[in-house]
Amino acid sequence: MKFEHPAGLNPIDRLTVVGRPVDRIDGPLKTTGTALYAHERHDVAPNQAYGVVVGAAIARGRVETIDVRAARAAPGVLAVVTTLDVPRLGRGRMNYAYLFGGAEIQHYHQAIAVVVAETFEQARAAAALIRADYTPEQGRFDLAAEAGHAPLHGDGDEPVHRVGDFETAFAAAPVTLDRTYTTPDQSHVMIEPHATVAVWDGDRLTLWTSNQMIAWSKKAVADILGMPAEKVRVVSPYVGGGFGGKLFVRADAVLAALGAKAAGRPVRVALTRPLVINNTTHRPATIQRIRIGAERDGRITAIAHESTSGNLPDGSPETAVAQTKLLYAGAARMIAMRLARLDLPEGNAMRAPGEAPGMMALEIAIDEMAEALGLDPVEFRIRNDTQVDPAHPGRPFSYRDLVGCLRLGAERFGWSARDPKPASVRDGRWLIGLGVAAGFRNNLLTKSSARVELDRHGVVTVSTDMTDIGTGSYTIIAQTAAEMLGVGLEKVVVRLGDSDFPASAGSGGQWGANNATAGVYAACVRLRDAVARKLGLNATDIDFADGEVMSGDRRVPLGEAAGEGLSAEDGIEYGSLAKDYQQSTFAGHFVEVAVDAHTGETRLRRMLAVCSAGRILNPKSARSQVIGAMTMGAGAALMEKLSVDTRRGFFVNHDLAGYEVPVHADIPHQEVIFLDEADPISSPMKAKGVGELGLCGVGAAIANAIYNATGVRVRDYPITLDTYLDRLPRPA
Amino acid sequence: MMKLSFEVNGTPCDLAEIDTRTTLLDALREHLRLTGTKKGCDHGQCGACTVLVNGTRINSCLSLAVQHHGDRITTIEGLGTPGALHPMQAAFVRHDGYQCGYCTPGQICSAVAVLAEIEAGVPSHVTADLGAAPPLTNLEIRERMSGNICRCGAYSNIVDAMAEVAGVKA
Amino acid sequence: MKPFTYERPTTPAAAAAAVTRRPDAKFIAGGTNLLDLMKLQIETPGHLVDVQDLRLDTIEATDDGGLRIGARVTNTALASDPRVRRDYGVLARAILAGASGQLRNKATTAGNLLQRTRCPYFYDTYQPCNKRQPGSGCAAIGGYGRPLAVIGGSDACIATHPSDMAVALRLLDARVETVTADGTTRAIPIADFHRLPGDTPHVETALARGELITAVTLPKPLGGTHVYRKVRDRASYAFALVSVAAVIRPDGTGRVALGGVAPKPWRAEAAEAELPSGAKAVADALLAGARPTADNAFKLPLVERTIAAAISDARE
Repeated sequence: MKFEHPAGLNPIDRLTVVGRPVDRIDGPLKTTGTALYAHERHDVAPNQAYGVVVGAAIARGRVETIDVRAARAAPGVLAVVTTLDVPRLGRGRMNYAYLFGGAEIQHYHQAIAVVVAETFEQARAAAALIRADYTPEQGRFDLAAEAGHAPLHGDGDEPVHRVGDFETAFAAAPVTLDRTYTTPDQSHVMIEPHATVAVWDGDRLTLWTSNQMIAWSKKAVADILGMPAEKVRVVSPYVGGGFGGKLFVRADAVLAALGAKAAGRPVRVALTRPLVINNTTHRPATIQRIRIGAERDGRITAIAHESTSGNLPDGSPETAVAQTKLLYAGAARMIAMRLARLDLPEGNAMRAPGEAPGMMALEIAIDEMAEALGLDPVEFRIRNDTQVDPAHPGRPFSYRDLVGCLRLGAERFGWSARDPKPASVRDGRWLIGLGVAAGFRNNLLTKSSARVELDRHGVVTVSTDMTDIGTGSYTIIAQTAAEMLGVGLEKVVVRLGDSDFPASAGSGGQWGANNATAGVYAACVRLRDAVARKLGLNATDIDFADGEVMSGDRRVPLGEAAGEGLSAEDGIEYGSLAKDYQQSTFAGHFVEVAVDAHTGETRLRRMLAVCSAGRILNPKSARSQVIGAMTMGAGAALMEKLSVDTRRGFFVNHDLAGYEVPVHADIPHQEVIFLDEADPISSPMKAKGVGELGLCGVGAAIANAIYNATGVRVRDYPITLDTYLDRLPRPA
Repeated sequence: MMKLSFEVNGTPCDLAEIDTRTTLLDALREHLRLTGTKKGCDHGQCGACTVLVNGTRINSCLSLAVQHHGDRITTIEGLGTPGALHPMQAAFVRHDGYQCGYCTPGQICSAVAVLAEIEAGVPSHVTADLGAAPPLTNLEIRERMSGNICRCGAYSNIVDAMAEVAGVKA
Repeated sequence: MKPFTYERPTTPAAAAAAVTRRPDAKFIAGGTNLLDLMKLQIETPGHLVDVQDLRLDTIEATDDGGLRIGARVTNTALASDPRVRRDYGVLARAILAGASGQLRNKATTAGNLLQRTRCPYFYDTYQPCNKRQPGSGCAAIGGYGRPLAVIGGSDACIATHPSDMAVALRLLDARVETVTADGTTRAIPIADFHRLPGDTPHVETALARGELITAVTLPKPLGGTHVYRKVRDRASYAFALVSVAAVIRPDGTGRVALGGVAPKPWRAEAAEAELPSGAKAVADALLAGARPTADNAFKLPLVERTIAAAISDARE
């Protein structure tokens, strides 16, 4: 199905199942420990052996020799494969680091060997016996040191995105801001580490793995291992968190495959925590300069956002400037990125790549600008709202109610009680502050397919390679099929995460919910047609409800209509609506913090997000997406930082004790309000993504609240107490 | 290699030969194939492996299986099944106290134990008066659950689920 | 993890003898730190002597009005004991500020004293570390030093001792009771129990090989308000950036000990004389001669501010 015109009325609009806050259908499995994740697939093949990956001890250079004699001789060892045993393997097309093969070391903890043994204990012990000799080379590890000579890196055709004459407008502006903000390297640290069971059947390879993007990864496995994609099957029905860290095939999958081939047995591999951090990908650090010029009435006349990040050769930048093209009005604009070459592990997508760190900077700048103008920061944002793409005024937003988010949020949060003078509210030992920020993340459209089958019991089975990484895919897909075919949720079976199923949008970029359900919608439309044809009914004059097909006076139970079974497959594809309209999602983030007047420790007291994100397919699971993102945003604001040893070139705090993420005690009760809306331009579902929106802006709201509490403006994340203790006034 | 006998979810288990290096976590997951108990970090830094040993919650990754000879182990599988959920499991489903589901069994085992610990009067870091019984509050629940990391960020919902089971307002 | 054999003796002397017999043997109690380190090949014992069948798990009153805490008493049991909560609040508070509920249920009193540093370079076997591999150098000096020591370190090592409990025990002048294979017992003042690194950072305590901790004794209760302030980036389940244990009497005198700043719980009795003069005087005296790195110099003002917070808490 090609989606070329704004959606009209369709069966989803009945909202008898879609749009309801139903419990997740996978809940009973997940809460009883019976949902099986990759490393738990004892059931898929007998006689599985265990592989343990060995990482490189240097950050850059060559591995000259690898002594595997002791490891090979160790009890239970079945095979050892080293990077010197194979030529450098291929890469996935969206990756920059090579995962295995050859002597070159690109980054710390790059995989240099896998040891396969009968038991995990034996494999781990033998892996510790591997000895490697290296010739290290000087690497570049310090973004700040490289930033000064990092070349421009355009986004698309132009090296610098310009609208109007920024420099002139900025120079002419009566009120200006010119500040630099930094965000650190961050790690996804999903709780399930990357893990794979690899099984060879002749020249066919099946990987039971933990992966967000099945179709991408099937192709990547083929490219990396140099085999036809038809011979590869990737299965990932449950994913223990991804956040972008499992968009790609990683060393666990590659080395499970190589280890299984060498051992002649199925092999199971999970990455250890240090390897999750230094062997896989991370969100790159940024240095962002923002300049804003405004009239005294608060209208922005000039805005510039420049960001520098680093990556391996062939790498791409963290697109932290993306939202600044679209979020606020302003006639003169300049956007640019610079990319430094760094020899750290691969920088790549982490939840809301670009906007997450970009909004952390931009929304502090907006707060600072509001203060300079003497305007309330909510009002300043409202005054600079735009309903069109500022670079192309003929291109409207498909739907945009940022103003509504901010207004409703301010009302619900009690914003009017905020004292704009910093450091004026005290509660015992705590300094209290309120902060606000806008949230913004684009809505991306990508094709997505599904198969829908109907059996004689009226059971509907949906199959698609879509993944559920905690996002609620199982449930919203079931809701979509139930709505389209007029059955209860209990009559719907959803099968996900298998490359033998039709290729879907996958889980990334908060595009999964809208596109994957739109694909299911398309397949269901086709199935409805098949039912109509089978019953000799006119497809345009037919209704599916209460488990029956209805046309005029005729009512046929769905199972009866199916006969021996009906199957339909289709997908959604998009026309030019995404070009004609800018599709984005919006939020107002409000936060109350308490800062210890003595020690500078920050604790969150209240959080509210009001979201404008199209139709909400399941308010319960969507709300969870938003509170989860707010939690990750709290981590980014207050604690998360991969600490780089700039001499040795690695992330030093490579475990969950050293890389702190929020725990229960850090997160107060969180509120989420979804504005009641539907966006017919996004898809037949009229939905958009929310999974990343909740992260974009919340960090800055916290930073702004800390400023309101203390009077200290911190522009370097995370805002740990050591970044501002010297500026924190001593308590009286 | 050693012999090991213990009770898991009410069933006696004998492992004739177990590598002394095997953790309780790996004994459950690899030998008994009770994979509901999760391995998140293998170093006591995430809580996904939380089980109850003789009624007390511990990190099963930081305990050798052979140290548990004669012990009574309860895992997530021992609390309830998809068709017969434990009240805490049902509350997690109702309140959407999970997302990816990987930390969930550990959260639920901890949640059950936390309510019992408060009931038993075990104090916590946020207990204001060490001389009194700890109150069942949002703050107490959050502090006590802090050894179970949820990267998906379901915390606010988990606390709601626990409060419902405990019969208090979160 | 290297293969190892395992035994469970039933008396303290037998346990001490079992470890004395084999140079590669170690005691295991809760295992919450030892197994962590064994998985990373930082500890590589060939034999483990499990002390769980030794009793050593009771808390008893001593004749001089104090408490004797069995070496195997768990952190949870110790912090929950009504006498500890009533008379040694700083100890209960310190324990409860550490680790997580699960870990405190397993970790023991003796094991807590013996836990090893959380220096990230110590934890990465690819990095030089004089504590892990004597003579290999120290990657932390000149590297990522934010969590590390500002005082008491040496040119060989700037690791911190991670315990919260030990800081309170240092404040309370606890004694560590031990037994050796031949049945000899002794009581080591907590001040002498942990060693500064000097040129031998791998030697962390005063214990001899095979010497087993049997109990920790507390002298009779200290009057005054007991406070433990732990400062950390996240609100729970994190090691201290700085912690302050204090007992403050109504007249403003008292005791102060620090965690998170040194290779051992940090206390200077002379500095306590400055308490009536305020936090700055105490902090200056406690941290005289401090040698912070660029990224942990914040701990100096933070110590002063946290002592001020503790004094302020005590006044409430």
